[in-house]
Amino acid sequence: MTAQPKPSETFVEVRDLRRVFDVSRPWLNRVIERQPKAFLKAVDGLSFEIRRGETFALVGESGSGKSTVARMAVGLLPVTGGTVTIDGVSMTAVKDSQTRQQLRKRIQMIFQDPYASLNPRWRVERIIAEPIHAFGLLKGEQVTARVGELLTLVGLHPDDGRKFPHEFSGGQRQRIAIARALASSAEFIVCDEPTSALDVSVQAQILNLMRDLQKEFGLTYLFISHNLAVVRHMADRIGVMYLGRLVEISEGKRLFSAPRHPYTRMLLDAVPDLGMTGRQRQMVAGEIPNPINPPSGCTFHPRCPLANERCKREAPAMIEGVACHAVQEGRVS
Amino acid sequence: MTEPVISVRDLRVEFVTRKGILRAIDGVSFDIMPGEVLGVVGESGAGKSVTGSAIIGLIEPPGRIAGGEIRLHGQRIDNLDPESLRRIRGRKIAMIFQDPLTSLNPLYRVGEQLVETILTHTDLSPSAARARAIDLLNEVGIPAPERRIDGYPHEFSGGMRQRVVIALALCAEPDFIVADEPTTALDVSVQAQIIALIRKLCRERGTAVMLVTHDMGVIAETADRVAVMYAGRVAEIGPVRDVVKHPLHPYAKGLMGAIPTLEAEAERLVQIPGSMPRLSNIPQGCAFNPRCDRVFDRCRVERPDPDIPRTGLEGEAPLMPGHRVACHLYTRNPVENAS
Repeated sequence: MTAQPKPSETFVEVRDLRRVFDVSRPWLNRVIERQPKAFLKAVDGLSFEIRRGETFALVGESGSGKSTVARMAVGLLPVTGGTVTIDGVSMTAVKDSQTRQQLRKRIQMIFQDPYASLNPRWRVERIIAEPIHAFGLLKGEQVTARVGELLTLVGLHPDDGRKFPHEFSGGQRQRIAIARALASSAEFIVCDEPTSALDVSVQAQILNLMRDLQKEFGLTYLFISHNLAVVRHMADRIGVMYLGRLVEISEGKRLFSAPRHPYTRMLLDAVPDLGMTGRQRQMVAGEIPNPINPPSGCTFHPRCPLANERCKREAPAMIEGVACHAVQEGRVS
Repeated sequence: MTEPVISVRDLRVEFVTRKGILRAIDGVSFDIMPGEVLGVVGESGAGKSVTGSAIIGLIEPPGRIAGGEIRLHGQRIDNLDPESLRRIRGRKIAMIFQDPLTSLNPLYRVGEQLVETILTHTDLSPSAARARAIDLLNEVGIPAPERRIDGYPHEFSGGMRQRVVIALALCAEPDFIVADEPTTALDVSVQAQIIALIRKLCRERGTAVMLVTHDMGVIAETADRVAVMYAGRVAEIGPVRDVVKHPLHPYAKGLMGAIPTLEAEAERLVQIPGSMPRLSNIPQGCAFNPRCDRVFDRCRVERPDPDIPRTGLEGEAPLMPGHRVACHLYTRNPVENAS
């Protein structure tokens, strides 16, 4: 863990966050085929907080709504309901454009695919300087100096600023994306699968770099990933998502030593065993259901070995970090 | 001693480009026995997929097999004409690709695609072929196959689609399957199901499998032996337990240390500096030498061949037969290693 003690002050607070997408067919089709409008609840009542300087990770399979949360947390996607509060300022309610810009400056995002997130026609120095210009932070010579400094910080050479993104490998591009995120001295960085597109040896470089930068600048990360091993390595606290809801929130290491929700147990069991301990695993049946038409009650019940009648009727509330009737009734061994 | 199903000897694959000839595969050799899964692991650009494509004869110009031999049951298949190769491909050798959506035709029902493949490769009647298609879907774990056989690919989920692709590969009961990243596009819970399925089919049918993946975890779960590739060459090959638990080649060691696991307590991950060299710029001698922390003069001049390593070095674990390493640190001539 980090050397300095962590302040326990809440930096990011997400309350009852919801996002509904309209996935209806076009109007004419609906009229002719007599279909109702269709809605997809991508995120359905999500609450968590992130303390200053910590890494909070969201894990889950594809379709669980992780990336939608990430996009709402940085304000790329308007929320349907609920609030995102960063350092006491509500992102969702603030109307005053100056306050909003002040807030936006402190939030940055690193995307999954560094091939898509960097403009191929811009030189690297221009890409990294974009947040500096957008927020009017520095002028002229100072910008060049700052870009050089940022490039050095992420392990590249200041001269690399003259190059174009295509001249770099995947890992180097992700370094450029990190440099851009740091350009406005952001404090809260949302990382959406930052290493999923990278090879393992490069992934290790990027994860180490992200941890070093966190220590140096006291950054707060919202870290989105489907890879449990990566999450275990990076996160102080972890939230497990399933079909737009949080099923378990836990301190990082405890989630792996003592998982409570049946879905968390299933996910851990499914991770290939690199230690070759020959541990017995329970095979999980089925796949994540279609979110347009989610199961009733607890959405995990069709795949859950512990489901009973109550699970089919009633959605469980999050109590003491786990949303599961079976855990709350003590039916879990 | 049984005969290997597939035997690759000193394979070289080159791509002719405007900038010169790029050697994507350089002197790769391995055998795969009946019922064995050989995992081929490496990072992007290591030549894993090209090796698979070369075996199944899918190297397209400007690529070409520039040297070496590929034998299926002792018969050379790398120099066959396209017509004879077509008869082997699908019947004797099948392939499973990464993305199940691109290997299934979206305009045809799943059943039609299976029946077509069965009719092409066997003498069954159309009705018997359909019955066999249902059997295959059942075998790969698709519920209610009698009903699902008339579905279109888009009506199947990702995991189910990959099962259909595996059924498609099994149509003609091939002796050898190349599985190129079969679980990469899938979620972990589905990945575990597909891994278990491949293992089961391999055991029951005695099919040899070459499993190409970048995911060491998948290899550890599925493979019997593993080959670690780097820059178109085999760096280390051996029984999966040996290579995963006690890798010898500095690259393999770094690769294992770089993977975050659910068990290990590591503050920092092992970092291999730099990245894989481009094909146009493969270093002289050992391809890994510029990134290696134990490099010495010989590595920069002479290329190491995969060899049985010298034992007892640094208290390494005793070696299992068949473990080979292409690294000068382990050559049985320690005098030359004094750096």
